[in-house]
Amino acid sequence: MTKGGRLVVEKDETVAVSSSDDVVRVRQAVRARAVEAGFGIVDQTKLVTAASEIARNTVVYGGGGTLVIEIVREGARRGVQLTFSDNGPGIADLKAAMADGYTTGGGLGLGLSGAKRLSNEFSIESTPGKGTTVTLARWKL
Amino acid sequence: MAEIPILKIGDCLLVSIQVDMHDRLAMELQDHLTNRIVSEGARGVMIDISALEIVDSFIGRMLNNIAAMSRVLDAVTVVVGMRPAVAITLVELGLSLTGVRTALNVDKGMALIRKAIDDQGGTLGRREG
Repeated sequence: MTKGGRLVVEKDETVAVSSSDDVVRVRQAVRARAVEAGFGIVDQTKLVTAASEIARNTVVYGGGGTLVIEIVREGARRGVQLTFSDNGPGIADLKAAMADGYTTGGGLGLGLSGAKRLSNEFSIESTPGKGTTVTLARWKL
Repeated sequence: MAEIPILKIGDCLLVSIQVDMHDRLAMELQDHLTNRIVSEGARGVMIDISALEIVDSFIGRMLNNIAAMSRVLDAVTVVVGMRPAVAITLVELGLSLTGVRTALNVDKGMALIRKAIDDQGGTLGRREG
């Protein structure tokens, strides 16, 4: 995420992601930061929905973890970057996990792929046995 | 713990979701609503989501499930009041809510339910008006 200049973090906040109630708190915290960054209602909704999907994965598959929410600036543009980390079992087959409709948990299999579509930038790193980190960002258009 | 109220109006059940739902609450609503359809002999179910700021895949799945369950119990489900930003996001998320009838507001939703009941479950368009 370094194209076009240096990424400056204006503000950051860490939120626990360990229960179903935390998923709701994540949505509220991300919404507040998106408003602060000047996002319109559609961009807010897309970012909050992406955050909700990944937060649920962190709880259900990752066994809980943390979210760091950052308001970032890169040159003239402003955005919100979210980093979800867990120390869970990791994802054995990342390629399959990113495909629409793939699930090991009985859901719709849209969490990761849907969150990626709702983000401007998206990356996932996972080590089996160690955990998973998902980073996504949305820029104010 | 808070519970989402289910109101009975004639032979219909009305649910207005006014809180940011955690997953357990969504599952409970699904169960309660299915039980009430049977115990009340309801023919229609209207779910007002105008207060919902997001519909993610979990809530979307709940809406799909409620519609499917009510269909096998001979009731019609209509989801009303979806916010424009929510609709835009849902489509991009990849959730098409096939099988869920929608209407713009409660009035149109009720008209859709009445028409569906009158047609005795005949095929209908997905959106009234």
